[in-house]
Amino acid sequence: MAEKRRLKDLTFWEKIYIPEILKGLKLTLENMFKPKFTMQYPEEKFIPTGSYRGRPVLAQEENGEERCVACGLCSRVCPALAIEVQAAETEREKERYPEKFEINMIRCIFCGFCEEVCPEEAILMSKDYELAFSNREDAIYGKDKLLTPVSQLQDRIEFLRQYK
Amino acid sequence: MSILEIVIFSLVKILVLVTVMLLTVSYLVYFERRISAWAQNRLGPNRVGWEGVLQPFADVFKLLLKEDIVPTVANKKIHALAPILALFVAFTTYAVIPFGPNATIFGYNVPLVVADVNIGILYVLALTSLGVYAITFAGWSSGSKYSLLGGIRSSAQMISYEISMGFSIGGVLLLSSSLRPEAIVAGQAGWMWNAIVQPIGFITFLVSAFAETNRLPFDLPEAEPELVGGFHTEYSSMKFAGFFLAEYANMIVAAGLIVTLYLGGWQFPYLETFGLSQTWYVIISVLTFISKEILVLFFFLWVRWSLPRFRYDQLMNLGWKVMFPLSLINIIWVAALIMIFKI
Repeated sequence: MAEKRRLKDLTFWEKIYIPEILKGLKLTLENMFKPKFTMQYPEEKFIPTGSYRGRPVLAQEENGEERCVACGLCSRVCPALAIEVQAAETEREKERYPEKFEINMIRCIFCGFCEEVCPEEAILMSKDYELAFSNREDAIYGKDKLLTPVSQLQDRIEFLRQYK
Repeated sequence: MSILEIVIFSLVKILVLVTVMLLTVSYLVYFERRISAWAQNRLGPNRVGWEGVLQPFADVFKLLLKEDIVPTVANKKIHALAPILALFVAFTTYAVIPFGPNATIFGYNVPLVVADVNIGILYVLALTSLGVYAITFAGWSSGSKYSLLGGIRSSAQMISYEISMGFSIGGVLLLSSSLRPEAIVAGQAGWMWNAIVQPIGFITFLVSAFAETNRLPFDLPEAEPELVGGFHTEYSSMKFAGFFLAEYANMIVAAGLIVTLYLGGWQFPYLETFGLSQTWYVIISVLTFISKEILVLFFFLWVRWSLPRFRYDQLMNLGWKVMFPLSLINIIWVAALIMIFKI
């Protein structure tokens, strides 16, 4: 039978396996003493950077007013139809505010389109990734759960101003 | 010693040995998981108890609570027999491996081996070949193509490697000119370990031991990516646990054999020249055996998480074209040593 030629023929030392096996063993032994990557989750939590797209939230100014003017763009752009906005008028400077603002967290796909389209920088992706509910009703987040002080969202706002 | 005393001492030794083996098996599983994790920069199970030391017991309880599924097409009797046979072989083989010198307990001179038989090595060879039946039965009786393939592979593999294993032991037997494990250990006094005197035989025996215990890189009978679970695809609950236990018990037996045949058994080099009392001599010897065994077991785990699996034809190639001639060369080497040095 004709000899098979390969692209890379093994040398003698590679053919007798043993040096190569020892190399492999050395590699795994070294790795046994390296620091581990595992995070022990409930005790030790992953803190994301500003670029992380977690649960979408509504920004709340220091005086307690929401930034949102209820234009409805986020609701319009949402590919998963997760956002529902109902506008109302006020006497304040911005004249409009969302009377009802609901995000269905079962539907949300964390694409960040709502944040991208928002003219007021009012809806932002937070760092919150611990989202668990025991029933469907709990999964619909209203204004009470969505409003977050701007001070907590500085990382994301800075990231957006720099890279968007 | 009267017959009764011999029986009592043997029973106590058996009880101690079986308990120790079961505990070692469970902690071997635990360390397999921890070491695999460490080798991959993970942590491994560390939740149940301190650093996860209770994990093996949690595993066993889980397996006990599982439903025992027997396929309708299975040959029920043989299907149930296979794990029992596997366990039987794994546990009985250990009987002839000495774990210490003769000790004086309550005024009796007790050899620290369950059965001091003068054909100990033949006994080991006979029982380890019986282990093939467990796997073949399991594969054949399950009525599943994956199990059958696993069983066939296993029998082919074990038969091929039994030969090189037997021939490498041949070298050891030539040197000790006895089949008694005690005599083989005694023949390796000082640094005259068989691993140093006949390195080729040591390597062939080591490789064959890996193949015999179905450990990676030779775990073809249960090759997960190709054969689902191999011969134990159709096993669940405690029957599966039986195979699992048997695999690890086999590892302990193989490690014990490697230590006894090649690494000087329970002997600490030149311990008798230290002038220790008899009690300390026995204790240190037993501890030496245990630490050697642990090192070999660590090597088993370490190799498993470092090397990939052989392909079936590569396995056969290695067995018949490399290991078999090498073990023959080893026999010639040992014979030449004996001829030159008149040992």
